[in-house]
Amino acid sequence: MTPELKGFLLVSGIKVSVAFGTLFLIIAFVTWLERRVAAWIQNRIGPNRVGPFGLFQPIADGIKNFVKEELLPGQADRTLFILAPAMAFVPSLLLFAVIPFAAPLPVSFDFTLPVLGRFVHVGPVSMVIADLPIGFLFILAISSLAVYGIVFAGWSSGNKYSLLGGLRSSAQMVSYEIAMGMSLVPVLLVGGNVKLTELVRLQQDSLWFILALTVGFVLFAISALAENNRLPFDLPEAEGELVGGYHTEYSSMRFATFFLAEYGALVTMSALMATLFFGGWDIPGSWDEGEPSVIVSLATLAMFLAKTFFFILCYIWIRWTLPRFRFDQLMALGWKVMLPLVLTYIMILATAVWAFDTAGLAFGRTYVVALFGVNVVLLLAILWGLDRNRIIWGQRLTREGSV
Amino acid sequence: MLQEYIPLAMLIGLVVFTAVAIIGLSHITLPERATPTKKTPYESGMPPLGGTRGRFSVKFYLIAVLFIVFDIETVFMIPWGVSFRQLGLFGLLEMLVFVVILLVGFIYVWKRGALEWN
Repeated sequence: MTPELKGFLLVSGIKVSVAFGTLFLIIAFVTWLERRVAAWIQNRIGPNRVGPFGLFQPIADGIKNFVKEELLPGQADRTLFILAPAMAFVPSLLLFAVIPFAAPLPVSFDFTLPVLGRFVHVGPVSMVIADLPIGFLFILAISSLAVYGIVFAGWSSGNKYSLLGGLRSSAQMVSYEIAMGMSLVPVLLVGGNVKLTELVRLQQDSLWFILALTVGFVLFAISALAENNRLPFDLPEAEGELVGGYHTEYSSMRFATFFLAEYGALVTMSALMATLFFGGWDIPGSWDEGEPSVIVSLATLAMFLAKTFFFILCYIWIRWTLPRFRFDQLMALGWKVMLPLVLTYIMILATAVWAFDTAGLAFGRTYVVALFGVNVVLLLAILWGLDRNRIIWGQRLTREGSV
Repeated sequence: MLQEYIPLAMLIGLVVFTAVAIIGLSHITLPERATPTKKTPYESGMPPLGGTRGRFSVKFYLIAVLFIVFDIETVFMIPWGVSFRQLGLFGLLEMLVFVVILLVGFIYVWKRGALEWN
């Protein structure tokens, strides 16, 4: 091995471990945050006994889960039952790999260790676990694997509630995956690249894509909620009808693994929204675009976390505000509203991009602002349609609110 | 180029290890002490009725079939989106034709009631 390769491996190893550890801590923190915010919204106190503000509650929960008895239901399919939590956990934590979380950090070293030999690394390290050339295609691919964990859990438990939860979940995730995948196509139209680091750089040079793709962001946010099985789309575990849904029979750490997977996906989706539509780690203004330095990296990391937590808080806020859909409404929304809307949006946006390119408009701030104009018109049209009850075809509400 | 996949492989290793470790550790810390009652599937406190691997609505299969059709559509749109700028008017019209053909199928599915849940 060359010293450069060894340096690269060392840097990657440190990066991967630190990022993974931090992600795990953030997930634990978010479980606490969810409960505190829920309590706050419902005018309660929430967990506040373990540590300052109850911050160590996730640790206490973890210990409790470790010392709880595990049960294997009599009718369960043993292999799948044990495999299912891991199948849900692994994809959800892998997703984060391609998201850039800070400006490149300058790292240079050249040292020699007694047995291992010489390590060399020169130049800035991009602050992303793996800057894959396939970019967010990786996210689409891996996030669709998450459905297996839930379906395996639902089927293998040998419980009617679990089976129904798993079935519902597979139908739901599969339906909204189409809308989610398609709502990302406009990003490609404007950005012309699938690499997330490149997309962040483009947003730095022009303006954040939320301006160019406002409608796309709205559609993506809705389908991301459904993909994560969050309220108002949490039908797989609708406790009023299905007890715990697909994880009814799970206890102990196996249950906690599902829990972690769910919050892992929540954190990653929030981070993805921040990256694709809100400039990732970009700080408004141009002082962070110069030479890489430690201070810039830290500031951009803080900015990235702030944006991510903003979306996490929105998720929690939505969860504790909105009631749950009925299953037929959920599927109608996915197939009859989201899909036609996304297709129309892609075609309109493609026409706009083509028109601007033909008119000789160079990509930059003016371009993004012009696209924003198109989006505002579309958004107003959608709101007008919603207002007239014209958008939910076949699901028109009567005056009494029944379908 | 391929070097970028090394950190990904490291992460996969780490995540899989963590998953196996937490599930395995909790398996070791407290062995199962099952009784016949504990082993029965949970049905809100009632003795379970009937089998659990029964038949379920064909709608779920239908959704899965429709998913395949539309997901391939998405897969087709992604490379088109990336190279749209280079394709220009040709790309726009091509996709328009494709979407119109797809819409015909979509309307057919809709009118036949494949998207209804009653």
